[in-house]
Amino acid sequence: MRTAASRMRLRGMIRKESLQILRDPSSIAIAFILPAVLLLLFGYGVSLDARQIPLAVVVEQADANTASFIGTFEQSEYFDPARFDSIQSAQQAFDRREVFGIVWLRNDFSDRLLSTGEAPVGVILNGVDANQARITEGYIQGAWQAWLENYAHYQGLELPTPVALETRIWFNAAVRSRNFLVPGLIAVIMTLIGAMLTSMVVAREWERGTMESLMVTPVHIGELMVGKLAPYFILGMGGMLLSVAMAIWLFGVPLRGSLWVLTAVSALFMLVALGMGLLISVVAKNQFVAGQISIIATFLPAFILSGFIFQISSMPAPIQFVTHVVPARYYVAILQSIFLAGDIWPIILANCGALLLMMVFFMGLARRKMHKRLDA
Amino acid sequence: MAESTDPKALVFEGVSKTFPSGTQSVTALKSVDIAIETGKVTGLIGPDGAGKTTLMRLAAGLLRPDAGRIRVLDIDVVERPLEVQSSVGYMPQRFGLYEDLSVQENLDLYADLQGVAKTERPERYAELMRMTGLAPFTRRLAGRLSGGMKQKLGLACTLVRPPRLLLLDEPTVGVDPVSRRELWSIVYRQVREHGMTVLLSTAYLDEAERCADVVLMHQGERLGQGSPESFSRPMRGRTFHVTAADLGKRRLQARLGSVPGIIDAIVEGEEVRIVTAEPGVPELSGAFSADEGLQTRDVDPVFEDAFIARLKKRQKSGGPQQIEVSRRSRSAAAADEVVIEVRDLQRRFGDFYAVKGVSFNVNRGEVFGLLGSNGAGKSTTFRMLCGLLPVSSGEAQVAGLDLRKAAARVRGRLGYMAQRFSLYGNLTVMQNLRFFASAYGLGKNRSRERIDWAMDAFELTRYADSNSAELPQGFKQRLALAAALMHEPDILFLDEPTSGVDPLARREFWQRINTLANAGVTVLVTTHFMDEANYCDRLVIMAEGEVLAEDTPADMKARFRDSEHPDPTMEDAFIGLIEAHENQGQAAS
Repeated sequence: MRTAASRMRLRGMIRKESLQILRDPSSIAIAFILPAVLLLLFGYGVSLDARQIPLAVVVEQADANTASFIGTFEQSEYFDPARFDSIQSAQQAFDRREVFGIVWLRNDFSDRLLSTGEAPVGVILNGVDANQARITEGYIQGAWQAWLENYAHYQGLELPTPVALETRIWFNAAVRSRNFLVPGLIAVIMTLIGAMLTSMVVAREWERGTMESLMVTPVHIGELMVGKLAPYFILGMGGMLLSVAMAIWLFGVPLRGSLWVLTAVSALFMLVALGMGLLISVVAKNQFVAGQISIIATFLPAFILSGFIFQISSMPAPIQFVTHVVPARYYVAILQSIFLAGDIWPIILANCGALLLMMVFFMGLARRKMHKRLDA
Repeated sequence: MAESTDPKALVFEGVSKTFPSGTQSVTALKSVDIAIETGKVTGLIGPDGAGKTTLMRLAAGLLRPDAGRIRVLDIDVVERPLEVQSSVGYMPQRFGLYEDLSVQENLDLYADLQGVAKTERPERYAELMRMTGLAPFTRRLAGRLSGGMKQKLGLACTLVRPPRLLLLDEPTVGVDPVSRRELWSIVYRQVREHGMTVLLSTAYLDEAERCADVVLMHQGERLGQGSPESFSRPMRGRTFHVTAADLGKRRLQARLGSVPGIIDAIVEGEEVRIVTAEPGVPELSGAFSADEGLQTRDVDPVFEDAFIARLKKRQKSGGPQQIEVSRRSRSAAAADEVVIEVRDLQRRFGDFYAVKGVSFNVNRGEVFGLLGSNGAGKSTTFRMLCGLLPVSSGEAQVAGLDLRKAAARVRGRLGYMAQRFSLYGNLTVMQNLRFFASAYGLGKNRSRERIDWAMDAFELTRYADSNSAELPQGFKQRLALAAALMHEPDILFLDEPTSGVDPLARREFWQRINTLANAGVTVLVTTHFMDEANYCDRLVIMAEGEVLAEDTPADMKARFRDSEHPDPTMEDAFIGLIEAHENQGQAAS
């Protein structure tokens, strides 16, 4: 099957495509500059951790106990407390969004602490950002619990805590959001190169009329596909390695699994993305439409539905169901475990299986839909 | 095998092809039978919409016919397209050159795809580069070549492995006459040296005479096939030049057009060319009085005469009714009044001069032509005069207004018809006219009056509620012209108004333009159809942003009369001017 003529055609296609990539600054930009910008943006700009949360503190009757309680907030790196004289003024600051929450110690705080050993604290939180509110609630509860234990200890009292929580966080001990955002971003970047760039360069051939000339040469569809995809495969893998290098050396994300496994899995995902790009270009024969379709059908799902930012398990059931057709979902799962946990084979193999199926599906469909004819 | 003795390179038997278009379908080919002989150049000739490109694509295996059989080099193209594609060379209308690759890299790609052995390449490349004159530019990016050079490179890529059958889809459209002549000589050389069969399509009817055999197409049907002479021979004795001493050529043409027995009357230089239905000098004494000084002389028929005669036989319809341009009275007396004055006009894009120092004057009621190939600077000049593009330097006055100071007011005085008829395809004819009336700020009564006028004068009433995208080409052009005339402008700018319109519609269009000019409207027109320049009163020939010559069509051609060209055409004049210009450039450097 592989004749000398076929090899010559394939080599010609690959050389032509590579020269075009090298001469077109925009494809280099999408492959290398865009990933760098996205990584810097997400690595430094976006953080899902809560730090220095502005809090209003209202103490109706100040004494030694309230001062010591408020002190724990002031020393904590999680809070940035501000004192208010009355709950009304605190509420006004809350409405103006100057503070994210209010901690309210009523005038019976010390009395009840002395009489019952319990100290009820009023907490009001801004629930608009549900995620932040939940995190803040947890922090305040923790601070309150710690202070009560401490207080009891100094009073020589035994605090009646039936269960003591001893938390330990695995895989990402410092709970840095960067550590899971940056690996997930690699999936987004590779989708961009594989699907968007590829669909647009094929559409460009239709737009400029070069496709018609190619089709009348003896070139086979298979050679056309491979010749078109091989250079973009290499470009995408280059973008991936750049992202991994930045993740490890710039953002200090640990790579606990093996680089070889990561590369192999990425190559598989790259093929899926290229398959999607090729399929889009069969449908859309101009660059604008190809760009629009690839953003809606590949880039946005990779961003939103892959579990890269938003946890899939906390999505509504129908949406969770939809995520199964998003290839980036499987890749993100593998990425996060290879980076943060190591080569966890059950996860890697199961997700690779899904990716393999998708690759066969997209490539096969693209191959079937591509004809050397204009009316098909 | 009977098949192997078949001398035909390409055979179409009852081939039909329709394309879906929205809810309807468009028939591109209607049961076409064609046989192309081996080792000859066959011209596939017809206006846009004739089905030329569809026919080419079918032959190249890019489309599948709805009915009929196609055999290319004795191979069934529907069943074995790859086999056909490895022995056929096809150059589409817009040849797929990679503009970001160099001349050499483009050649290498097609040599790889066509499977040209590495050892054969140096010799073949050298030959192709010599033929096309591209040898000094092998390292230049294809995107930086001129239009003519791109076309030659496209041809070289198609010929990199000499194909047995060469399919060329409108290779000469929009290409300057010099490159056109070179393309033809390359094609003939292939036929001579490699025994190649060539099928070449063109919308230029005058190119028919260069072919050994001609297939004439119109609206998806084959009108005839034969040698060019076999088409024009029956026209002998039916073509004449008429002049009238006391009558302007346009009035003469209009009157001749309505004489029974005359099927075609067009302005050609200072004379009117007529074609009669029957052989013999036409009887004109009924329509003209003896003191009008009518003179008639025989001329040789050309291919176009035969084409028009055949088309006219098929569709019996009268010419357009005489249109009254506007009800506003115009002073015909001020004929020498200068309406457009251009002096030393320049336009720079970066360090590239698209227009360098152009000067000319246009008088009231004149039809003034800008003739040149693609990239000569015609459209740039045009856009500056319409106030669409700022002037880099020089002076330009339109209707007594300085373009540099009052571009907006100038625009209000002129009508503009763009190259691609800028109509809204999904609006109806009526809605388009209403829109243009409101865009020109016509009041309610005035706009109703003008729309009634347009519907009536351009015979659009029947199509009032059709979407303009679905109109036949000729009607689209009528609508575009009507839209440009909504505000009764004194000056009409036409940018390549007839490209892609069939010869009958083209004639009708020029008849309308003549009427407008007679009524005192000044018309400025750009064209790359050399023969169309004959419709102008005066014209300039442009190349590389410069005016090479300004003259009346007759005098322009007369400059190049010599023993070799006793009756020079506008194309001969053009080539002569370009060559003189190039020699001058070489002498200067």
